[in-house]
Amino acid sequence: MALELPDNVVITKLDDLVSWCRKNSLWPMPFATACCGIELMATGASRHDLARFGAEVFRFSPRQCDLMIVAGRVVMKMLPVLQRIWLQMHEPKWCISMGACASTGGVFDTYSVVQGIDRFIPVDMYVPGCPPRPEQLIQAIIDLQAKIQKEGTMFGREFAEPERQLPKRALRP
Amino acid sequence: MRDDEVTELRMSRRETQTMTTATTLQRLAESFPAVETSEFRGEARVIVPRGAAYDALAMLKTECGFDMLIDVTCVDYLVYRGATKRFGLVYLLLNTASGERLTVRIFVDEPNPSVSSVVSLWEGANWLEREVWDLFGIYFEGHPDLRRILLPEEFTAHPLRKDYPMQGRGERHNFPVITRAEG
Repeated sequence: MALELPDNVVITKLDDLVSWCRKNSLWPMPFATACCGIELMATGASRHDLARFGAEVFRFSPRQCDLMIVAGRVVMKMLPVLQRIWLQMHEPKWCISMGACASTGGVFDTYSVVQGIDRFIPVDMYVPGCPPRPEQLIQAIIDLQAKIQKEGTMFGREFAEPERQLPKRALRP
Repeated sequence: MRDDEVTELRMSRRETQTMTTATTLQRLAESFPAVETSEFRGEARVIVPRGAAYDALAMLKTECGFDMLIDVTCVDYLVYRGATKRFGLVYLLLNTASGERLTVRIFVDEPNPSVSSVVSLWEGANWLEREVWDLFGIYFEGHPDLRRILLPEEFTAHPLRKDYPMQGRGERHNFPVITRAEG
């Protein structure tokens, strides 16, 4: 027997509904330390208009954010600050590593520059480029939205999966 | 102003500057016979022995009018051809009244390279000397607050020394790893 439903009713899973809400209201935390930060600002400004993707509300308090965008090189003196801010953000939270320096250290293969933040904190999306154009960052946010929609769950079960536990290039003992 | 007038003005200014510098160098040489003098592209340079460094710099400030310390920095001559001492400290001085400039160099050697602090002469030397201590490990005797200024306090090396590897000794990888479970 077919269920009679009015036209304005949709049946879906609660996980999908929650993920759909979350992905369209990402609140970025701009961790901008270098020239990538300028492109990050350009992405949020009127020409590229991150508001079209529901992620325009940059907050400078980690308590109000759920997407950390690390834009620029992170030196060893800054890494404890980065980790502390990451821990202060509320779950569920995601991280975009923007640009060559944040992802790998870039050309700065020196004693003071961390060779990729994914050695020490979890990263969901990498953006190549030096610095990346705003379109690339927007693409990364769109891809992250697709990822949240695809694997997101209401209580964040996806974060408990073993392959998402450790940062990607963490130096294992 | 015509071109030749400009040239003339420049020439005369250079002349007065050279003259004052000559007086300065003469007075310096009278008080400190061990001082070596040389010139490069119109700029006077002197090499002062380490022991007389503070007295010579004090004389340059109080008697010769070098009231501004532009910079204090250091060069590591570890692999430099013909170098006898390892570190060369460079003090750049300016006389703001006459526009006269002077480069003072002091050579120090291992082990435990050290030199007298000039913070009591120029207050601005405080952070400059801390930077040289941080990156080269030159100890400044009498400095009021000789701590690292750029690198973290737990850092042990002095990374601008030539025998320090560019990629470091693993300091950049010495951090806790944060997992998702800790979020």
